[in-house]
Amino acid sequence: MTALTQAAPTQAKQRAQRRHMSDGALVRLFIFPTLIILILWNVFPLFYSLYLSFTRYSVIANRAPEWIGFSNYTAILSRPTFWQSFATTGVYALLSVGLQTVLGFSLAMLLRQKFKGSGFITTLTLIPMMLSPVVVGMFWKLIYNPSYGIFNFLLNPTNPRLATDMLANPVSAMLAVVIVDVWMWTPFVMLLCLSGLNAIPDYLYEAAAIDRASAWFQFRRITLPQVAPLLLIAVLFRTIEAIKAFDLMMGLTGGGPGKSTETVSIALYRLAFSGQFNTGQASALAYIVLIIIICISNVYIRYLNKLRGE
Amino acid sequence: MATITLQQVEKKFGSAYAVQPMDLTIQDGEFVVLLGPSGCGKTTTLRMISGLEAVTSGKILLNGRDVTWLHPSERDIAFVFQFFALYPHLTARENVAFPLQAQSVPRDEVTKRVNEVLKLLQIEHLANSRPAALSGGDQQRIALARALVRRPSAFLMDEPLGALDAEFRETMRAEIKRLHLSINATTVYVTHDQVEAMAMSDRIVVMSAAVVQQVGTPAEVYYDPANLFVARFIGSPGMNLLKGRYSEGVVSFGGSKRLPVPAAWRAAVDQVTQGGGELIVGFRPEAASVRADGELEATVYASDLHGGFSMLHLDLGHENPIVHVRASRQEIYPIDALVRFSLDPNMVRFFDPRTEKALQPVAEVAL
Ligand SMILES: Nc1ncnc2c1ncn2[C@@H]1O[C@H](COP(=O)(O)OP(=O)(O)OP(=O)(O)O)[C@@H](O)[C@H]1O
Ligand SMILES: [Mg+2]
Repeated sequence: MTALTQAAPTQAKQRAQRRHMSDGALVRLFIFPTLIILILWNVFPLFYSLYLSFTRYSVIANRAPEWIGFSNYTAILSRPTFWQSFATTGVYALLSVGLQTVLGFSLAMLLRQKFKGSGFITTLTLIPMMLSPVVVGMFWKLIYNPSYGIFNFLLNPTNPRLATDMLANPVSAMLAVVIVDVWMWTPFVMLLCLSGLNAIPDYLYEAAAIDRASAWFQFRRITLPQVAPLLLIAVLFRTIEAIKAFDLMMGLTGGGPGKSTETVSIALYRLAFSGQFNTGQASALAYIVLIIIICISNVYIRYLNKLRGE
Repeated sequence: MATITLQQVEKKFGSAYAVQPMDLTIQDGEFVVLLGPSGCGKTTTLRMISGLEAVTSGKILLNGRDVTWLHPSERDIAFVFQFFALYPHLTARENVAFPLQAQSVPRDEVTKRVNEVLKLLQIEHLANSRPAALSGGDQQRIALARALVRRPSAFLMDEPLGALDAEFRETMRAEIKRLHLSINATTVYVTHDQVEAMAMSDRIVVMSAAVVQQVGTPAEVYYDPANLFVARFIGSPGMNLLKGRYSEGVVSFGGSKRLPVPAAWRAAVDQVTQGGGELIVGFRPEAASVRADGELEATVYASDLHGGFSMLHLDLGHENPIVHVRASRQEIYPIDALVRFSLDPNMVRFFDPRTEKALQPVAEVAL
């Protein structure tokens, strides 16, 4: 009896000695490094760049930031080239997100029906999404090549050279970038839509069949509203990504020809890292983009909440 | 309004029967209940009538029209699902309006008819709630409203009260019954609750193991079960079934326990047992009366009090099963006491132990 009653406290003490510290301390030990890194690499730059956006400052000039208030913002917003890059970004986002949504949703509707190999096909369609955008840019450049690329061969099999050089013409260059983005990210939209579609219980369609709803009525009144929340999330993600689009353009067109594919991000990159390294103005531009993204996200999220029931 | 006819309708999943070939005619305005234990094929039958499930073979007629291969939407039948199947993203009002909108009924008409039905079911105050915010009973009312608003020629209901708690079921049962009486639409109702079946139906279809065991009014099914399954399944407790040996007009259950076979059954019993042999005697608890001069003797195994009577569980000995007998609430029956009881000759039934089928009294056979 005595041996038994003593055993328990002894074990507990041994365990405490082995550990040397409390649970709370252990937790803090693990969180601390991450916290430091986050503060150094995310939180600090966030606020520092906010400060810099109100100053005249260049990283390469050996001069302290000089406070100039909203001048950077007014300078940017009054320069037509920036408005043009905003417009380019808008066109790009609208086209690529629009196409991705339509195509992704349609593909999901097709793959929703289970058939032999549908799982395999679903996996295959996801591959483009897993590649690095820079790599994708590189090899699509080869695909678009007017003399030996497969794209122009498909446009004009007899004489590929006579077909449009996709990357050399302002309108087609935009189209070319959109095509690549759609190729790469449609699977993402499809994947979210597919999981949304698969989550719709069959009995809703049975009830609708009993209620004498036509296929189109079922699609409009059941399928669409049921997938809408996930579809909207997909669209939100893609919109944010499209507004930030950078790597694909850099890889494919470098913003050209002319400024035809120069999105805000590329303009931002030029401002910050080429020519005069205008860090102050670049920070201001970055904040403008951030505000735009926050506004758009808010609109989406509002709408999403409305969908999910008042 | 509609008559529904099933002709040799059957359903197989793979090689297993979910419903063996069945014939059934449901009259216009009739309330028919499909009753049976879990997995016996009730839902499958109902889904075949609705068109949600294709038949393996056989024919389904609606008002004489062959609808066997028509889509559910072409049958003009409403279905109330066991778990309501409301559209979760629509409000109650929109759910009820759905079948009308699907048919492009003009907007004013939709509003008018939806309001009528909401009023009929007294759920106007729920009109703007979504299903998730409502109790089971209210969801079921909305499901009913959605079925009613179409004015279909027939209603199919799959355990519509199955998901509700006991207290609520009574209320909803009365509501459905009232609705049926007021609109008098042909209704096929699935349940595995015999009390529900007895209370609501004009006719009961008793099913078991994919086979229709008996079709009849509640009284027929209760007093004249077609076979041992129905005898056991209907009533709580079910019919008392005693196996005995028959010879010369008397069934004996071992020892001195004997029961004379009523005259009406003699010929049938003689024929089945070929003058003598095994026979199953069935009687309801209320067919027995405890009395000093009763022909059967037993000891009290247990007794329990019910509202207006007490239920005696009696041991006849000789490996006979315990029989349940209704007795007066006033008397007290101590355990192991000897009691005698007799059976009302009009309420005793006989079954063939081999086929498990009920015997028919000769008078009826002669007809
Ligand atoms: N889609 C299906 N695939 C295979 N077997 C099925 C299918 N649907 C039903 N079954 C089988 O058919 C039989 C009858 O099922 P059914 O749903 O009609 O029973 P039920 O009488 O409605 O039972 P419950 O009271 O549990 O609802 C069951 O054995 C069931 O396993
Ligand atoms: Mg069922």
